[in-house]
Amino acid sequence: MEISFDLTVAWALLLAFAVYVYVVLDGFDLGIGILYPFFPRKEDRDLMMNTVAPVWDGNETWLILGGGGLFAAFPLAYAIIMPAVYPLIIAMLLGLIFRGVAFEFRWRAGNKFSKRFWDAAFIGGSTVAALTQGMILGTLLQGIEVDGRAYGGGWWDWLTPFTLLTGVAVVCGYALLGATWLNWRVDGELQHKVRVLARVFGFATMGFIGAVSLATPFLEPAYFERWFSWPQILEVSPIPILVVGLTLWLAKELFDERNDWAPFFITLGLFGLCFLGLGVCMWPYVIPTSVTLWDAASPYSSQLFMFVGAIVLVPLILVYTAYAYWVFRGKLKVGDGYH
Amino acid sequence: MDFSFGLDATLLARIQFGFTVAFHFIFPAFSIGLASYLAVVNGMYLWTRNEAYLRLFKYWLKIFAISFAMGVVSGIVMSYQFGTNWSVFSDLAGPVVGPLMAYEVLTAFFLEAGFLGIMLFGRDKVGDKLHMFATLMVAVGTAISATWILSVNSWMHTPAGFTMGENGQFLPENWWEIVFNPSFPYRLAHTLTAAYLTTAFIVGGVGAYHLLRGRTDNAGVRTMFSMAMWMAAIVAPLQIVAGHEQGLNTYEHQPVKVLAMEGHFESHEDGIPLILFGIPNQEEQRIDYQISIPRLGGPMLEKGLDASMDGLDTVPREMQPPVGIVFWSFRIMVGIGFLMVGIGLWSLWARWRGNLFYDRMLHRAALVMGPSGLVAVIAGWITTEVGRQPYVVYGELLTADAVSPLGAQAVGASLIAFVLIYFAIFGAGVIYLLKLMGNPPERGQRGVRTEPGPIRTGGITPADLTGPGKNQQPAE
Repeated sequence: MEISFDLTVAWALLLAFAVYVYVVLDGFDLGIGILYPFFPRKEDRDLMMNTVAPVWDGNETWLILGGGGLFAAFPLAYAIIMPAVYPLIIAMLLGLIFRGVAFEFRWRAGNKFSKRFWDAAFIGGSTVAALTQGMILGTLLQGIEVDGRAYGGGWWDWLTPFTLLTGVAVVCGYALLGATWLNWRVDGELQHKVRVLARVFGFATMGFIGAVSLATPFLEPAYFERWFSWPQILEVSPIPILVVGLTLWLAKELFDERNDWAPFFITLGLFGLCFLGLGVCMWPYVIPTSVTLWDAASPYSSQLFMFVGAIVLVPLILVYTAYAYWVFRGKLKVGDGYH
Repeated sequence: MDFSFGLDATLLARIQFGFTVAFHFIFPAFSIGLASYLAVVNGMYLWTRNEAYLRLFKYWLKIFAISFAMGVVSGIVMSYQFGTNWSVFSDLAGPVVGPLMAYEVLTAFFLEAGFLGIMLFGRDKVGDKLHMFATLMVAVGTAISATWILSVNSWMHTPAGFTMGENGQFLPENWWEIVFNPSFPYRLAHTLTAAYLTTAFIVGGVGAYHLLRGRTDNAGVRTMFSMAMWMAAIVAPLQIVAGHEQGLNTYEHQPVKVLAMEGHFESHEDGIPLILFGIPNQEEQRIDYQISIPRLGGPMLEKGLDASMDGLDTVPREMQPPVGIVFWSFRIMVGIGFLMVGIGLWSLWARWRGNLFYDRMLHRAALVMGPSGLVAVIAGWITTEVGRQPYVVYGELLTADAVSPLGAQAVGASLIAFVLIYFAIFGAGVIYLLKLMGNPPERGQRGVRTEPGPIRTGGITPADLTGPGKNQQPAE
């Protein structure tokens, strides 16, 4: 039992890692789509898309690992969550379809109308995907009604002011990721413009992090306990303190304009801290506050069978993914692509 | 508004799943074969330095990129459809099929996605050798992906290696038996071969189109048509054998499906007829207007001419699959298979006569047969999946018991959204593919940028290469 206990936790950590990697990697891809309306010029848009064209597909694969891993390691949670957020999942998938094909179809469009259409698909798809991902997170945090081994709530439970708040917060956060990524990968006038946007979305994201952080403890008494009871407050207080610290650092880098890479990596850190805060709220539940990790866990043999492969394959994946990023490193200039 | 069309949630969930998976299936069926084809032509180019191969690589790479993207985005839908539409199945079978799908992600999807960027954009950044390696990894990734997902699918047909848990979950006992369940090797061989044939016929169809347009001197066109016809001549007959073997395996493990495929409502005492055509009438439990050959059905199932067999009349009505669908989809698949063999033989004859690039009738036939592999793949898939009904896990879990607790309205509304968006998006994609295929393969630009300015503004090729008449090299 001792070992299987650990394995379930290990899977929870591995899935959390996969979702985090998805959020930050596809976050900047989707962020570029969200930022498109600020860049009406075709050359700018081409260049922005080219910064992610060779890697977006791999970035999106982490979402499949998140969904597939949840299915495999915590099938009960997968079976309850999917029907609970059914319309959001469908909207997210359709958004990702529009976004994904736009990467190819934009270059194939023969006339002005279809060019505009695929630009709009890229913008709309990215925004809808980000919004629904945020709302799915919000739905999970506010609690899902469970009846036996199935979803027991209504069809509109996912639509509340809180889920709308988390939805918009994620759109804003992805825009910040996109802007800081572009700040790193482009230069000249375009970089100047994305840096201004990064400041705007940086401030907005901080506002949303604050709002969500303030609202969340009041959703569930258990969350409140987790954050504000003594002496736990000592253990969790470094998270908000670090958020404030990183925010100041981000602001400094964005206004100093010295290290182009720094704002992006600081933003990754901020997302990591938010993720950690989320973990503090949810632990040890996979569906707060009705289904724990162990309730939902697949049998020991399923988790073990996968884990043996995962501990070898995930590091390998990280290595060749990093290599792909390395191959396409460096600044891209306007009118310039991959030669 | 009523989105349910008067149908119940289970049937709507089945229609939605069938629709999204059938649409999805089209793209991998093509790109599995195309990835291998690209690896072969790229390898041939590096080995022989024959420019025609590079030309083909660049030509099909653009087409690959589009169909791969469509496969990816429609595939992500699938990884969530299990939970949205079949949440009870996900809960109960998740411990067995979930890990196999997780392995598909870890061993295949990441491999394909990780090296795709280098394959598409990286030749001049990493050099020929690493680029070839990336191309191979993508090709290997598509085949690994097919292997895992077919293992999952086969397990649903011939479940093995599990025990039933108290909560109704399938609990894995022996992973070897689960992965290598009885129908898996046959299904894998038959399906992978189908994917390669599908690609060969599309490549052959495109080659035939350009030959018909008088491009008989274009080395790229000649090479692609010739390679495709070799595949038709060699692989199509092998596919008939593989299909027959899978049929026998199905008869061993899922006899009811074979009865539906062959239309045997009646039991036979002395000799099993081979029913060629007819109209299945499941209400009356008979085949109307039946055309059959006496006794020949026995040898088809490795039985004697005077063999006996229990028919569907021994199976309760509610445990029979929808016979009409299975009967017809099976015939469509088999018919196309034999037509493919015919094209292969015809091409051998033309080749022997030195007429391969000039036999316009052959080219017309090959053009018409271009998309036939896709039709056969979908028909075969319908045969096997509908033939499994009323079970989702054969003999263990009924489809009706596996569905999500969703309202018919919700499933119906999302079904409408999927249908509209899929037809719009993938319709546009197919148009772009056909546009690319309509251009002949031009001389490959081997890493040398002759004109100043951007050679690639994004995507796979500069947009101005896609339009006809622009930037084309003079014909040879």
